[in-house]
Amino acid sequence: MERYLNVPFSKDDIKEFEAGDVVYLSGVIYSARDAAHKRMTESYEKGEPFPFDIRNQTIYYLGPTPARPGAVIGSAGPTTSGRMDKYTPTLLNNGLIGMIGKGRRSGEVTESIKRNKCIYFVAVGGAGALLSKCITSSEVIAYEDLGPEAVRKLTVKNFPVIVAIDSGGRNLYDECADNM
Amino acid sequence: MREIDVNEIASNIKEMCIEANYYLESDIKKSLFNAEKTENSEVGKSVLNQLHKNVDIAENEMIPICQDTGMAVIFLDIGQDVHFFGGDLTEAVNRGVREGYKEGYLRKSVVEDPVERINTNDNTPAIIHMNIVPGNKVKITVSPKGFGSENMSRIFMLKPSDGLEGIKKSILDTVRDAGPNACPPFIVGVGIGGDFEMAAILAKRALTRNIDGKSSSPYRKPYVDELEEELLTEINKIGLGPAGLGGKNTALGINIETYPTHIAGMPLAVNMCCHVNRHKIREI
Repeated sequence: MERYLNVPFSKDDIKEFEAGDVVYLSGVIYSARDAAHKRMTESYEKGEPFPFDIRNQTIYYLGPTPARPGAVIGSAGPTTSGRMDKYTPTLLNNGLIGMIGKGRRSGEVTESIKRNKCIYFVAVGGAGALLSKCITSSEVIAYEDLGPEAVRKLTVKNFPVIVAIDSGGRNLYDECADNM
Repeated sequence: MREIDVNEIASNIKEMCIEANYYLESDIKKSLFNAEKTENSEVGKSVLNQLHKNVDIAENEMIPICQDTGMAVIFLDIGQDVHFFGGDLTEAVNRGVREGYKEGYLRKSVVEDPVERINTNDNTPAIIHMNIVPGNKVKITVSPKGFGSENMSRIFMLKPSDGLEGIKKSILDTVRDAGPNACPPFIVGVGIGGDFEMAAILAKRALTRNIDGKSSSPYRKPYVDELEEELLTEINKIGLGPAGLGGKNTALGINIETYPTHIAGMPLAVNMCCHVNRHKIREI
């Protein structure tokens, strides 16, 4: 099924979304990948706030190429989500609601998605030039020293993703594997 | 004796880093666009269509094909009658990479230590493999390697008794395990023989060969051609498909390189690569 979704969104907005649905996202998302996840988690463990209010927000696992002069952003496709698995349950327990990446998640993350009624989307890996066209603004808001791994606030318009794990815990990759 | 200025090596590498990241190789393009026509899964077809559009946008609007513009892997096949002047060759290679990644707006993806993980901010150092070969030319291969697929690569120290069946099983297992993480459709680079590190280098080098090309190795045996063909068919029966969402196009090609090995062993390395299999080659 094809759907359009404004970001940020609520748990209510996605309760009927199912693994396999094609969704076009519009609104604000945040980029964070390996180093930013590590630092965010370390801050949390020290009792410090996250660099942005993660409640009801969506994180895109992305480290873009530098923007050319006049461009919003460079190539901007998803990186492998599994590397963020170690940090993800903490973020979901603290209000993060959506994730965009590529590839499989751990059993623990899947459980956490189900328990917190969150959602995991995948974008097409290797389509960074195409996906960059759906990003209309980009601003580094934290961890600038991490370069490509800094946290960015991104505005997206009709950014194409597929639901890989829905809020009920149904997993698209498992279903594809079952059909193999 | 032929004199070559290392600055010529640097300027070639700079250009090749940029070219590799914006222009997909013609053999891969041909195969990718053909897959779009043959794919029977609806979602697979739509993924391949996105990848097709992506390649066009990359070329026409100068946006890198993938945001992971890789760690720069450089092979230098240096003729033994060449003498370099103008400075340190390794430094020249790194200078070429540094300038290419800066001027080409490519991502700086290298950290200076695997544990401390501070970005070097210029994508150096490169991974440099130098070989001395006959002649007075230098063949430069620039192959920026993304890590989504690199992370899913494997090395197996098989026993001779595992035989061809053991090799096939290990390769198919690696492809299955790589799954959606390594961004199918894949190019699979395989090295069989040598020792621990030789197998890995053969697999990496296999990825620099066109998928419609032939190996130039003097050790190549006729069975390897058949093995490549058989494995490509088997891989595409797995059903993983484009982006791992199902379909018949799991791999666009598999390149195998072999080398003599020890009586006790049968090393096998499988270097996974996504369709963004960058391998620019120049001979100077």
